[in-house]
Amino acid sequence: MNTTRKGPFWLEPLSHFVLIVAVAFALYPVLWVISLALDGVQRPVARAIPWPESPSLDNFRAILFARGGGGEWLFVRQLTNSIVISAATALTAIAIATPAAYALARFPDFVGAKGGTKALLATQMFPGVASAVPLYMLLDKLRLLDTRSGLVLVYATTAVPFAIFQLRGAFETIPKDLEEAAMVDGATRFQAFVKVVLPAARPALAVTALFAFMSAWNEFILAATFLSRESAFTLPVALQRHVGEYDAAWGKFAAGSIIVSVPVMALFYALQKNLVGGLTSGGVKG
Amino acid sequence: MATLSLRTIRKVLGANAILKGIDLDVQSGEFVVLVGPSGCGKSTLLRTIAGLETPDEGSIKLDDRDVTRAEPRERDIAMVFQSYALYPHLTVRDNLAFGLRLRGESEATVKSRVEEVSQMLGLGALLDRLPKDMSGGQRQRVAMGRAIARRPKLFLFDEPLSNLDAALRNQVRVEIKKLHASLGATMIYVTHDQVEAMTLADQLVVLNSGKVEQKGPPLEVYARPASRFVAGFLGSPSMNFTDAVVSDDSTSAVAEGLRAPIDRQRFGAIERGRKVVVGIRPHDVTVRKGESSAHGYRDGATPTEITVAVDVVEAMGFEAYAHGPVGGAPFVARVEGAADALPRRGDRLALSVEPAHVHLFDPETGRSLAGAP
Repeated sequence: MNTTRKGPFWLEPLSHFVLIVAVAFALYPVLWVISLALDGVQRPVARAIPWPESPSLDNFRAILFARGGGGEWLFVRQLTNSIVISAATALTAIAIATPAAYALARFPDFVGAKGGTKALLATQMFPGVASAVPLYMLLDKLRLLDTRSGLVLVYATTAVPFAIFQLRGAFETIPKDLEEAAMVDGATRFQAFVKVVLPAARPALAVTALFAFMSAWNEFILAATFLSRESAFTLPVALQRHVGEYDAAWGKFAAGSIIVSVPVMALFYALQKNLVGGLTSGGVKG
Repeated sequence: MATLSLRTIRKVLGANAILKGIDLDVQSGEFVVLVGPSGCGKSTLLRTIAGLETPDEGSIKLDDRDVTRAEPRERDIAMVFQSYALYPHLTVRDNLAFGLRLRGESEATVKSRVEEVSQMLGLGALLDRLPKDMSGGQRQRVAMGRAIARRPKLFLFDEPLSNLDAALRNQVRVEIKKLHASLGATMIYVTHDQVEAMTLADQLVVLNSGKVEQKGPPLEVYARPASRFVAGFLGSPSMNFTDAVVSDDSTSAVAEGLRAPIDRQRFGAIERGRKVVVGIRPHDVTVRKGESSAHGYRDGATPTEITVAVDVVEAMGFEAYAHGPVGGAPFVARVEGAADALPRRGDRLALSVEPAHVHLFDPETGRSLAGAP
């Protein structure tokens, strides 16, 4: 093998060393969580090297196979809640935001376009928790407390405006010529939108859907406010219940954190190609 | 093949009148080039014909059918865009087939048309590629192929060569000309490039600020420009313009360093003392060597038609352009000859010009003073 090296011989080992230290620094908290999850004890012990003292999978078992009061399999129930709510939020956001963003990108002068955009922006200014009380009352009136659809509705109120902004930016980067070419070729505007614009915007759609999914997946405060039945919990709420006022099962908490993170990591991995494409093609702004 | 007729097309965008009453008739099988500087409205006119813009006034007839308000898809027109506008997620094959499929052609027809077009344009090896994996020239070819595959009534080209390098542009230009000959289709082509305009057009339409300045066969427009604008726009380097006055005997237009003979047949009797703008193309002057100074150019003793005190010489290899003032305006003369025989800075050039090559324009309106041909 004939590799050309630049600089003195010690440069490569040194740079590896620096990188290893940096990676260790970044991963240290994660390693702690993993070690805690794999340890039989529930209280964290301060140690320099995060390594489980008595390795066991008890914490994972406790999380995965917990049974509810009625004997139902809680974890599967809560995992399903999280998946259904996050996926429904992402779908709702994309379904509503895509046509809205297209209209704003292509016809920025229609009546209400400017005011509407400002109103959408205003919704992004307030933290979700600021509207927790009125939302609680609304959901109560609609009998949607403790339901998946109630939470999807609440999440959509923030996910839709965010998705509109994301997608408007993406549609603006797609040349008008493409649609016009399709229309001259024989397409209606709707056909041009479906057959040409949407495929061209696919990376941005993927990124936006992923963001909506993730924000719903990770959301805790509103879910904790609107859900009170254990079988209605999403995973973050269920997770938090392991760290109570008088007792903190850190081991279970750590195991739960890992379980909650895995699907998002898997999604990121599956969509990473689109993510990079989306990021560089103006799919993500701010 | 189709005929197209435009009547008093007007279009206002925002506060700007882009098209100010355009009338145009295109015969079946004709190659019409719309040419003009940026912002003259040529692209807007093309988009209006395509149906991508709706005129505020006027009518568009395609084969005697009024399509003024028709959607683009109802017009059976194909358009080649400056940006090519290839569908980025589709292969070349699917790009070519896109319009055919939208129009509900059978897969057998689609296949045979794609085959036919790819053979015609040499796209066979590219059929399974995506647009991003092709060069500009290849994309341009696919864009043309997509238009041809549809067999539309009318082809529109919106500056299709402007994103190509010079060598490729010349090549594709010739190909477009051949294509027109073999398809016999009606084509409308927009460009700001006068070489494209001159070489491709059966009919040249010169546009200026939303109006048709002149239309006709390109050589006729070049030889008999109807206005100072057309005269200055066509030809490179562009025509020289000098303010002058008609002489007492009405035989010439006179300014400092200039005595331009007037073609009486073309311009009729022009009153003496009338102010005119004289237009002479750089290529229409001949150097009177014996009367020019230095380097073989002797200072003139006899009166010459044009005298230029040379201040810059641009040598192109096969010819040179000598610049200098005439009658207070810049003047360029094309000079032929070997490199060592070219004029130099400080020389005085004596030039003559044929009466047929002297153009006269009204200083106010810019219109040609020539009577109707």
